Amino acid sequence: MTALTHAVGDSATMVGRQVKHLWRSPSVTLMLVGMPLLLMMLFVYVFGDAMGAGLGGGPSGGRAAYLEYLVPGIVLMTIASTAQGTAISVATDMTEGIVARFRTMAIARVSVLTGHVVGSLIQTVLSVAVVIGAALLLGFRPSAGPGDWLAAAGLVLLAAFALTWLTVALGLASGSVETASNVPMPLMFLPFLGSGFAPTETMPAGLRWFAEYQPFTPVIETLRGLLAGTGAGDSVPLALGWCGVIALGGYLWAKRLYGRDPSV
Amino acid sequence: MTPPPARTATAVSVAGLRKSYGEQTVLDGIDLEIPAGTVFSLLGPNGAGKTTVVKILTTLIGADAGRIEVLGHDPAHDPDAVRAGIGVTGQYSAVDGLLTGEENLRLMADLHRLGRRTGRRRSTELLERFDLADAARKPAAAYSGGMRRRLDLAMGLVGEPRLLFLDEPTTGLDPRSRRGLWEIIRILAADGTTVFLTTQYLEEADRIADRIAVLDRGAIAAEGTADELKRRVSGGHVRLRFAAADRLDAAARVLGGTRDEEALVLQVPGDGGVTGLRSLLDRLDAEAIEAEELSVHTPDLDDVFLALTGTGDEQRKAARP
Repeated sequence: MTALTHAVGDSATMVGRQVKHLWRSPSVTLMLVGMPLLLMMLFVYVFGDAMGAGLGGGPSGGRAAYLEYLVPGIVLMTIASTAQGTAISVATDMTEGIVARFRTMAIARVSVLTGHVVGSLIQTVLSVAVVIGAALLLGFRPSAGPGDWLAAAGLVLLAAFALTWLTVALGLASGSVETASNVPMPLMFLPFLGSGFAPTETMPAGLRWFAEYQPFTPVIETLRGLLAGTGAGDSVPLALGWCGVIALGGYLWAKRLYGRDPSV
Repeated sequence: MTPPPARTATAVSVAGLRKSYGEQTVLDGIDLEIPAGTVFSLLGPNGAGKTTVVKILTTLIGADAGRIEVLGHDPAHDPDAVRAGIGVTGQYSAVDGLLTGEENLRLMADLHRLGRRTGRRRSTELLERFDLADAARKPAAAYSGGMRRRLDLAMGLVGEPRLLFLDEPTTGLDPRSRRGLWEIIRILAADGTTVFLTTQYLEEADRIADRIAVLDRGAIAAEGTADELKRRVSGGHVRLRFAAADRLDAAARVLGGTRDEEALVLQVPGDGGVTGLRSLLDRLDAEAIEAEELSVHTPDLDDVFLALTGTGDEQRKAARP
C-alpha cells in the first residue's frame, strides 16, 4: 500500500469519528445555525420592508426583495459560524489526550485534520440546507436554474473548505477552547462589513473601500447572481481567488502547527 | 506499509539523553537499557522528568542530544517504524468521550488497519478482558475513572504492541482498580510484551517490575532489581523503646547504636533475623534492662527512594546509624 492510500484510509476513519460526533451532539450544529437563522428573521421582519424600499423595491414589495438580497450573506454567515465550531472542536481535541494517542500511532498525520475539515463540510451542507429551507419558508423565491444551483452549491463548498482550513489552523494556534471560540468571531461579522446586508455603495468611503475588497464580498456577489438567475457576474475570479488563497494558507498553517514538536 | 521493526533482544536503548525546555534542563544525560520481554519501571517523584522520557521514546517530542533506539529504530529518524510497534497509555485518559467504549476500540482497530472482522473480534475480546463488556455501548464520557483507565489501556493494546508504555497508569485509581491493573500488566508481561512503566509508587515498581531505575531531577540516581536497590541502603535496624532515660543509657552502653533521648528510643543495626534478635534480647536480659517496645525495620524501596532522591535527608540519617 502506498502512503496515499493510507492517508485516504486514515482520513476516512477520522471523518467517521467526526460524523459520530455530529450525530451524538446535534445541539452543537443547531446552536451554530441558530445565530444566522435568528439574524435572517430579524432583518427580514424588522428591517426588511425599509431595507427593501432602499433597494428600489420589487414586484412583491420591499420585504421580499430584501430577503432575496439577504440570503447570500446569511449563507456566508452560516459557513463562518460552522467554521467557528470547527475551531472549537479542534481546540477541544488538542487539549484532550486522544490526539497525543493518535500522534504515537503509525497513521497519516494529516488525517486528524482532514477528518475535522470533511466533518465540518458535512455540517456546513446540513446547516446551509436548513438556512435555505427556512428562507424558502419566509418567501424566498430564487429564479436560479439547475446549473445555477449546482454552481452555487460548489461555491458554498469551496468557501466552506477555505474557511474551515483557516479555522482548523486558528483552533490549533489558540491553545485553549476559550480562545478558540473567540478568535474566529470576527468572521461571523464580515458579511456585515461587506455586501451581505446592504449594498457597499451605500457605505461611507473608508468602510466602502474595505467592504468592496474583503474576501466575503465577491463570494456573496457571485452567490447572489447565481441564486437570482442573472449569472455569476464578474466577481467570479476574485471569489475563486480568495477561496484558493485562504484554503492554501489555512492548510499550510494548520499543517505546520500540527506537525511542530510540541516541546519547542 | 512501514517495514516491521527489526528483531532485537533490546527493546529500548538510550545513551546520553538530554532535554531542556529553554533554560530548564529536564533530562541531564540518561542511559537506559531494557531487554525485550521484561517489565521496566522508571520511578521518581513528580517533576523528575518521567513523562518527558516517555514522550521522547514514543515519538511525541524530540530530544536535544543522545542516542536512542526503540525496538531497533531511532524515534527521530524513523518515527513510524517505532510507532508501529508500541502502545501508549498516558497519564491522562486518551479516550474519545463522545464515542462509546466499543467505538473507541473499533477506531483504534481501523487506524491499525486490522480489517472489519478482525477489528470487531479484537474489540470484543478486549472489552471482555477489561471488564467493560456491560458498558460497551455507553459513551466513554459516562465512565468512571477506573473504567476510563481500563479503556485507555485496552485501546493501547488493540495493535498488539511489542512494547507498551504506561505513564503513571494507576495515578488516581482506587486500591482495587490498581490491583486489577497490576494483574493485567503481569499477564501482558507473561505473554512476552515489554512494559515500560513510570510510577511514583514504590510498591507498584516493587511488585511488578523486573528492573527499576530511580529518576531524580533529570538523572538516573540508581538502577537495578528491587532487591539490589534495597541492598544499597543500610536501613535495616531494630528499634527499642525504654521507659526511662537511665535504662536507655544502660542499653546504649551494652548494645551501642544511635539513641534518641527525647523518644527514649535506641536504634541498633540489624536485619531482624531471629538469631540476631535473640542474642540482642539475651544481652539486655543479662544486664537486667527492660525494654518497653521492640520493632524491626527492614529496608524497603521507600528507604531507597528517599535516600536517593534527596527528598528524605532526615530518613537517610535515621537509616544510617
